Amino acid sequence: MSENDSNGGDVADSRSSKNARKAGLAVGLAAAAYGVSYGALAVAAGLDVWQTCVMSLLMFTGGSQFALVGVITAGGVAAGPAAIASAAILGIRNGIYGVRVSPIIGAGFWRRIAAAWVTIDETTAVSTNQPDLKSQRVGFWTTAAATFIGWNLTTLIGALIGDAMGDPKVWGLDAAAAAAFVGLLWPRLKQMQTVAVASAAAVIAIILTPVMMPGLPVLVAGVTALIVGGFNWFGNKSAATEENLEAEGVPT
Amino acid sequence: MTLWMIVIIASLACLSLKLAGYLVPSTVLEKPTPARISNLLTVALLSALVGVQTFAVGNHLELDARAPAVAVAVLLFAFRVPFVIVVIAAAVVAALIRLTGWG
Repeated sequence: MSENDSNGGDVADSRSSKNARKAGLAVGLAAAAYGVSYGALAVAAGLDVWQTCVMSLLMFTGGSQFALVGVITAGGVAAGPAAIASAAILGIRNGIYGVRVSPIIGAGFWRRIAAAWVTIDETTAVSTNQPDLKSQRVGFWTTAAATFIGWNLTTLIGALIGDAMGDPKVWGLDAAAAAAFVGLLWPRLKQMQTVAVASAAAVIAIILTPVMMPGLPVLVAGVTALIVGGFNWFGNKSAATEENLEAEGVPT
Repeated sequence: MTLWMIVIIASLACLSLKLAGYLVPSTVLEKPTPARISNLLTVALLSALVGVQTFAVGNHLELDARAPAVAVAVLLFAFRVPFVIVVIAAAVVAALIRLTGWG
């Protein structure tokens, strides 16, 4: 990420593009592996194979997909509005990524539509980690292609496996769902502030479970983020900004 | 509301949020508060989901095979074991505990 790279000649240029391509393929492959878990859990929650696959094609953002499935598992179709809200709130961060990645993508209506569709944690991280515009673009589109193809293929595989399994509890799939959320959460627990929010949110959601409709406790727990983030508790101003940028892989 | 409606509405909502990001000027990110809140919202929701998925059965709380399975998962993630292996391990732990008749 040194600044000289961006003024480098063709050799440096092709090298950084090659690195970007490599990173994209690796990240795509790793993400694809989650797809099996998502597919199996979605079917266990009561979605059919088609619904499971449509989510991966259209929504294409793992956190939201897992969240929707999690709320449906807890509350069934009656928890639909809460399931939609959970998925949407977790999808807000993709909008923020879009603001950041948009200048990398450049002009062109259809290109920007396609780019927006695949703007997620993985594509944002890989593209913004590259040293120059060309390799940023290569990184973005390689990661997008690898993740999109991999995620949708493995979703289908997972859904078919889940379908053949029968009672999900016998296979421990409900515990696997909780473990999957721990895995999505884990890389974000690097600062005092996120640990505080995570702890408070979990406790609030558990305490509210007996007194609220399934799905709602999760949404109410989200208020901790508004309060702690709004007042910036547990984090001094400059450090929070720096770590935030680092976590999202913005080039220096 | 049918399951199909939930799937389609939620998918379109997430897709719209992605598109919205490309319409907003990048000066929005110069203010740290919206970015920070968005980050923390993700953390809060994921963590709340861990809590609910571990202890809730519909409207009540239960201590069953899921809790030890999630504890094992936390331990494995702390040792940087890859995602898929941890998820499978958690499932195996819960399934084995249930084989013994508890949870």
